[in-house]
Amino acid sequence: MTRRTTDSWQGAAAILLGLLAMISIPPFESDATSIPGRGWSVAVFLLIFATAIASLIPMRRLVAAIILFAGAHLIAWLLIGSLSGNEGKATVSFGLLLAAGWVLAWRAATVLSSLKARTKFADYALRLLIPAIFGAWILILWEAATRGAGIPFILLPPPSAIGARLAESVGVLTADVRQTVFKAVLAGYILGCAGGFVAAILADRVPFLRRGLLPIGNMVSALPIIGVAPIMVMWFGFDWQSKAAVVIILTFFPMLVNTVAGLAAAGHMERDLMRTYASSDWQTLLKLRLPAAMPFIFNALKINSTLALIGAIIAEFFGTPIVGMGFRISTEIGRMNVDMVWAEIAVAAIIGSIFYGAIALTERTVTFWHPSVRGGQT
Amino acid sequence: MKPDSFKDKIVPVSTILLVIVAVWYVAAVLMNTPFQRDMDKRANVERSQVEFIGATLAQPKPILPAPHQVIVNVYENTFLRSVTSNRSLVYHAWVTLSSTAVGFLFGSLLGILIAVGIVHVKVLERSLMPWIIASQTVPILAIAPMVIVVLGAINITGLLPKALISTYLSFFPVAVGMVKGLRSPEIMHLDLMRTYNASATQTFFKLRVPASVPFLFASMKVAVAASLVGAIVGELPTGAVAGIGAKLLAGSYYSQTIDIWAALVAGSVLAALLVSIVTIVGRLVDKAMGGKPA
Repeated sequence: MTRRTTDSWQGAAAILLGLLAMISIPPFESDATSIPGRGWSVAVFLLIFATAIASLIPMRRLVAAIILFAGAHLIAWLLIGSLSGNEGKATVSFGLLLAAGWVLAWRAATVLSSLKARTKFADYALRLLIPAIFGAWILILWEAATRGAGIPFILLPPPSAIGARLAESVGVLTADVRQTVFKAVLAGYILGCAGGFVAAILADRVPFLRRGLLPIGNMVSALPIIGVAPIMVMWFGFDWQSKAAVVIILTFFPMLVNTVAGLAAAGHMERDLMRTYASSDWQTLLKLRLPAAMPFIFNALKINSTLALIGAIIAEFFGTPIVGMGFRISTEIGRMNVDMVWAEIAVAAIIGSIFYGAIALTERTVTFWHPSVRGGQT
Repeated sequence: MKPDSFKDKIVPVSTILLVIVAVWYVAAVLMNTPFQRDMDKRANVERSQVEFIGATLAQPKPILPAPHQVIVNVYENTFLRSVTSNRSLVYHAWVTLSSTAVGFLFGSLLGILIAVGIVHVKVLERSLMPWIIASQTVPILAIAPMVIVVLGAINITGLLPKALISTYLSFFPVAVGMVKGLRSPEIMHLDLMRTYNASATQTFFKLRVPASVPFLFASMKVAVAASLVGAIVGELPTGAVAGIGAKLLAGSYYSQTIDIWAALVAGSVLAALLVSIVTIVGRLVDKAMGGKPA
């Protein structure tokens, strides 16, 4: 398959941006301490024009994507590398160069997303690579904007500083994670989800309960339940128990509502089949309706994974022992250690994603029969 | 299983609510008993059983206030105080409501814009969608205090920072719902538009947008609730100035449990109001577009 690349407005835009940058040269103010040499400027401009022109020539898409990808990121690397020592001294020209690099990366992503993967592995790699380019450029632009334009550290620290702080304070962060995630979140999550599940089974057995609990559960899900945090802190003290209690309350209702909905998901045909097998209510529940409810239950588990983390962190704003992610965030922001706050948020983000990812993976193995997993039409 | 009608629900719901209230009273008596006993011992008061129970339900700073105490507090602070007093719940609710509404509006607009982009530009779908989903696995509410404090440091205070948090929380449900909605027209309908030789814009406005309206309102209901939570949490780190979140924080500083519960009630009423407004507007729009009641 030798489908060629088509016209690229991004290539033209990159050339235009490069020309504009050339007019508005130099890229750094004259009083910057370590202005890069002539060789650097030549390399950057050459790279921009070469990559942009390459994107205008019809060629195989894979080749074009590789050239664009390499070119755009080399430009970014050169630009970011030149920033050290020149903080806050970047000029319009620097911004234009960066914009040219970004447009080229956009082109790379466009070409990549028009590629049709032939193997499953390639498809998977593509699916990771395209968002990864997007994420990488957010970081690149962030880094360049904060350091190049000299945005005050308090307002937005550059990613490199956050990374350095993260590496520096592994010990503190681990202790915080242990307190917040492994004690409060996990305990609360397990108890809350289990409680919601049991309540749902009960509600399913007793129609009276279902009619009463379901509207209440639906209503409660719209309420700002997080507000019970101060009450729980008052009742169960400052340690992790109060956070676990908040998490239990937060996770209970989504689980209840989703499980009840899921238990109603099995079709009439399948139910009738179970009847013809003369299976008891419990057998129908275990062998037909619970498996059919799994997508709903996992949906609740996913919603709850985020809720649990948020609940525990927010509850820590109302009082904690001197460890925990919420505690760290609220005290470090008070001391204006913004990089530490960002490091903590980065950790929270990673843990949230791992938590979510683990549940999604379990879901794929448990609901292997579901059309969305098999890859058929839903 | 056919959905339960309103008449089927009313008895079970009110029964369960009654049970909750009963349990609440019992719990209030039990939880407030130790403190009351201590107080009575110190003051050398002898009470009969009934008097004692009455006393546990009338403490000024109970561990668990009785429902009637909360209701009286809500009533006093809602109807008996002037609206501008900073003890008035109406005042605090208004502060929270204003940032919720601004955040919700911006969030919905942003969500719709992103959804339109995702549906029409393939690169956006493939590079943005994973991040939109990932952004929700991140406990983003944790950022709230920083947004407030940092923006406060450069003299942006008041409504805007809180609205920003609400915006962030409410754009996601709308974006995802709208993507689903804009994609909901069947192939058959899209083909029909093609046979009419409709342009992409015409297909968008005459087919995709009308088809997405029910999805939009369903997701806006979720978004408005999320937006309210964002506004409340956004009020926590401002040092308890105004708003329902500030009321919660102040209550927890001074152990004013009744105030905390009253603030919770106010927040819940606000949430219920907002969700029902969205629901009603949704129904009206549906009707105006010629939808038949299901």
